[in-house]
Amino acid sequence: MATANQQSTMKLKLILAWGFVGIPLAWGVIQTLANAMRLFQ
Amino acid sequence: MGLLSFLNRDHTIAEPGYSRWMVPPAALCVHLCIGQAYALSVFNLPMTKLIGITQSAPEDWALTDLGWIFSIAIFFLGASAAVFGRWVEEGGPRRAMFTAGLCWSAGFLVSALGVYAHQLWLIYLGYGVLGGCGLGLGYISPVSTLIKWFPDRPGMATGMAIMGFGGGAFIASPLSVWLMAKFSTPTHVGVAETFVVLGVVYLAFMWVGAAIVRVPAPGWKPEGYTPPLVEQKLITNKDIYVYDAIKTPQFWLIWWVLCLNVTAGIGVLGQASAMSQEMFPGRISPVAAAGFVGLLSLFNMLGRFFWASTSDIIGRKNTYFCFFAIGTVLYILVPWAGSIGSVALFVLCFVVIMSMYGGGFATVPAYLRDMFGTRYVGAIHGWLITAWSMAGIFGPVLVNYIRQYQIDHGVAKAQAYNTTMHIMAGLLVIGFFCNFMIKAVHARYHMSDHEVEDAAAEVAAVSKPAGA
Repeated sequence: MATANQQSTMKLKLILAWGFVGIPLAWGVIQTLANAMRLFQ
Repeated sequence: MGLLSFLNRDHTIAEPGYSRWMVPPAALCVHLCIGQAYALSVFNLPMTKLIGITQSAPEDWALTDLGWIFSIAIFFLGASAAVFGRWVEEGGPRRAMFTAGLCWSAGFLVSALGVYAHQLWLIYLGYGVLGGCGLGLGYISPVSTLIKWFPDRPGMATGMAIMGFGGGAFIASPLSVWLMAKFSTPTHVGVAETFVVLGVVYLAFMWVGAAIVRVPAPGWKPEGYTPPLVEQKLITNKDIYVYDAIKTPQFWLIWWVLCLNVTAGIGVLGQASAMSQEMFPGRISPVAAAGFVGLLSLFNMLGRFFWASTSDIIGRKNTYFCFFAIGTVLYILVPWAGSIGSVALFVLCFVVIMSMYGGGFATVPAYLRDMFGTRYVGAIHGWLITAWSMAGIFGPVLVNYIRQYQIDHGVAKAQAYNTTMHIMAGLLVIGFFCNFMIKAVHARYHMSDHEVEDAAAEVAAVSKPAGA
C-alpha cells in the first residue's frame, strides 16, 4: 500500500505533468479560437 | 551504458503507488511535439523568400518543391511505424520515445542547416526522412502502453494521446510565427534559427515524456476492474502475433476503413480555405477562411477525444458506422448548402466531418486491440499507419485534380467541388461496407499459451540491460 507521503508526492507529480502539457495546449487552443472567431465577424 | 539501461523496459516498470494518470501526459509530451507536422505550412511562404527576402527571387525554392517535404515525412511516418513497430513494442515506450525525440529534433537541426546552406535536399533528408521516422516512432510509442494501463477505457486513453497530435499544430503554428518574427531582419528570414529553437525545445519536451512514462507491472489491473470472463463477439482476450495479424482479412478491412475515412477528410482539410472562399464568393473573406481552417483543426482535435471515448461505450464497429453513415449524409449536404447559400450549414457539416476524421485516427488503436489483443497492438498499429501515408498522398491529389478538371470543363468555381463531395460520400459508402464485413478473427490465428510464454521470454531477453 502506498503511504500518505507517497500519495501526496504522486499528486504533486500529476499536477506538474498535466500542467506541463496542459498549459501550452490551452494557450494554443485559445490562439486558435481567437482566429476562428474571425469567421463569425 | 548507464543511460542506455535507463531506457530499457525493465527500468520503466511502475513502482507501487504510481498513478496511471501520469501516462497520458507522458504520451502528450510526444504527440504535442510531433503534431507540429500539421503546422509545417507556416514555413512554406517564408521558405520561398530566403534569398529574395521580401519576394521570391529566381533562385528561391518553388512552393511545389517545398510541398514534397510534407509528403516525404508522411511517407516515412508510415514506413518507420511499420518497420520499427515490433522494435517499439518489445523495447518498451521509453526507448521508443527517446529515439523519436532524437530523430524529430535531428530533423529540425538538419533542416536548419539546409535552410542556412540553401540546400533543399538537406531539408528533404532532415524533416522528411529523419523527422518522418521521428513522427512514426513517436506516434505509435505510447499507444500500447496506454492500452495496457487503461484496459477499462482503451478508447479514451488512446484518444487523449492522439488528441495531442491534433493539438500540436495549435502550439507550433503561433510559436513558429512568433519565432520567425523575432529572428527576422530586413536582410534575413529567420527560418533556420526557428528550426534550431524548435528542435531543441521539442527534444527537451519529448525526453520529459520518455522520463515519466512507465509500463504496468506484470499482472497489474486497475482497482475494481474485472476483465470480462466471457469473450465478447468482437473483443478478443487472446493475442495475435503481429505478422499473423497482417495476414488476416480483418487487418486489411480495418486498413481500408482508416484509409477511406482519412482520404475523405485530409483532402478537404488541405483545401478548406480555398473551398470556403470559392463556394461563397464575397461572403467568406480570406481572414474568415483562416478562421474556418482554425475551427476545423479544433474539431479535428476534440473529435479525437470525443469519438474515441464514445467508442468505449457504443463499440468500435458502431463508432465507424457512425463516421461513415453521418459522413456520407454530410458530404451530400455540402453542395446543397452551397446552392442555398447557407454558410452556417456549410460550416456545421465540415466541423462534424472533421471531428469524425480525427475520431477515425483515435479510435483505431482500440479497434486493433479488440480484434488482435494487447500484446502486439503497437506493432500492428504501426503497420496500419501505412493507410494514413496512402491517404495523405491520394486525398489531396483527388480533391485538387477533380476541382481542376471541373474548372477546365467550364464548371463555375462555386460548383467545382460538388463532384468531389459526391466522390467523398462514395468513398465513405465503401468504407461502411468494409466496416460491415469485419468479423472476429479466426481462432487459428490466436497465439497458444506456449507461444505467449516464448514471446514474453524473448521480450525479457531484449529488455535486459547489457551485461546484466
